[in-house]
Amino acid sequence: MKGRPGLRDAAMAMLALIVVLAIPLLHRSPAFEDFIIRLSAMALFATSLNLLVGNTGMVSFGHGLFYGLGAYAFALTMQMTDLPLPAAAVVAVLVTAFGALGVGAICVRLSTDYFAFITLAVQMLFYSIIISWQSLTGGDQGLRGGIPRREIFGYELTSQLHLYQFCAVIAVFGLLTLRHITASPFGQTLRMIRDNENRASFLGIVLWRARLIAFTIAGAFAGLGGVLAALFVSGAYPELADWPNSGQAIFAVMLGGINSFLGPVLGAMILLALNDVVTRFTEYHGLVLGLVILAFALGLRRGVLDFLRLAWPGHLK
Amino acid sequence: MDLDALGACLSTSACVVTQATSGLIVGMLLFLVAAGVTLIFGVLKVVNFAHGTFYMLGGYVAYSTLGLTDSYALAVVCGALATALGGVVFERALISRVYGSNVLMQLLICYAVVLIFDDLVKIIWGPEFHAMGMPPAFQVPPLYIAGGVVPPFYAVLVGIAALIALALSLGLSMTRLGKTVRAAAVNAQMVSALGVNTKLLFAIVFAIGGGLAGLAGALAAPVRSLSPGMGFSILIESFIVTVIGGMGSIAGALVAALMIGMVRGFGTIAFPGFTDGLIYLMMIAVLLLRPQGLFGRRL
Repeated sequence: MKGRPGLRDAAMAMLALIVVLAIPLLHRSPAFEDFIIRLSAMALFATSLNLLVGNTGMVSFGHGLFYGLGAYAFALTMQMTDLPLPAAAVVAVLVTAFGALGVGAICVRLSTDYFAFITLAVQMLFYSIIISWQSLTGGDQGLRGGIPRREIFGYELTSQLHLYQFCAVIAVFGLLTLRHITASPFGQTLRMIRDNENRASFLGIVLWRARLIAFTIAGAFAGLGGVLAALFVSGAYPELADWPNSGQAIFAVMLGGINSFLGPVLGAMILLALNDVVTRFTEYHGLVLGLVILAFALGLRRGVLDFLRLAWPGHLK
Repeated sequence: MDLDALGACLSTSACVVTQATSGLIVGMLLFLVAAGVTLIFGVLKVVNFAHGTFYMLGGYVAYSTLGLTDSYALAVVCGALATALGGVVFERALISRVYGSNVLMQLLICYAVVLIFDDLVKIIWGPEFHAMGMPPAFQVPPLYIAGGVVPPFYAVLVGIAALIALALSLGLSMTRLGKTVRAAAVNAQMVSALGVNTKLLFAIVFAIGGGLAGLAGALAAPVRSLSPGMGFSILIESFIVTVIGGMGSIAGALVAALMIGMVRGFGTIAFPGFTDGLIYLMMIAVLLLRPQGLFGRRL
């Protein structure tokens, strides 16, 4: 299917979706379904961050803000209104997109290092607001009381299987959309800005506008990830918007590979799987995770997928 | 928000002295940690995300030394020396391999180190909180300055930190090593071409930075409790300090650390529960109005 990369991507996404949806029909494993649900949230979160880091060269330390904002916006909309679940999810993503537009408008004009620090500061400010605005957010206890699981199209999301299917569908379509944006002329523009912003500017590209659009899109998709996370934990917790959570996304991006579209997904898989496997065997999972990260960082010096693509050029896209 | 309480506090000298002292302690300890971060960034352009780990190790080494020798002074010295050595090993074994590569790669390595050492501390010293206790020489009635309560240990802490700030700035401006360090901050390659062993120089910078963080941890141990993960919150605050003060500026680090200390001291009265938010607001304001920081040069 050379020359029709869009079709190829769509075909691959559908194949992946069919495989993921078929697995529970053959074998039910709560641990595996749990894993996929968390992975779908994390994959959207990390891949949206990579739209900034890998494609545009904007290192954001505060991406967790939008993950948390999506989760809180969704959980609060579900608790306070009677909107059906998909509508609440759309509201949450819109809220996050506007949030990202506002934060981006302040941040994107700063150069690389300062951009990283100001995104971190804005995120931590948001975190402090969540903690201190107890009447709305429940403070450091998190937003409890659960999310009313209204039926959608005869689906009951309290069942783990249905939640699994819902998350898988949302994640695959979300990733496909992000892939489409990355491959579009706009995506090319972003990579040109990353490689040589002066040249891009001379060619008539308004740098701040392109960066702001990228920031807004990335925020919206992180918010979508946050919606899935809120569904999984049935609430929203300040940790979703905390610094270590942004760190998780950065590590997923770095472990998987910043120059490959699916790198962050692979990185999220590695991080989650390590976490699950190692915590089963030892309480010192930080020690093991740290050693593994060191081995990857010093051994490969780039993300796994980037490394593989360099090792076998032409075979992997 | 409770501005009346702040006004009431500011009108009595006792309250002002008490809050200012606690702010001063926070600020000075923070300065010791942030000075290392800013020095390492200034010279090596490495953002050391593992700096809080040195602070934690300094505290724990001091705790153990105190248990073995019963000497508080020796405990502080050992804490600082151990982390200075740790700084050298960290630089040589890990960070020197990723000089010049993506800042995120450095972040990844530092994060791994933080994870590993948090767990090592759990294995060696246990996951529970430890309290080091006030050295016996300072178990005396507090001083009263203008009606405010000032524990004598606090006064000594601030004194030591101030001495170190002075020594650091004099050392950087007057000594040969200090001049070399400042030259390397401007152009490390040229300094190397002029015959200075920059590998050694970088290791020394990491030793000083690590040692200062360890010293802060050891000094803080009697005032704060020790726990694995204690390096985390001080790390983020020392970043705020370096950003507000200007990356690479020691004087900026001192001013910013004291500012944050005072916001912590007095902010808790006016905005209980939102002092962190105030500090982040300060950081955002500085980044927007003067991105290079109060005392920084543009990168």
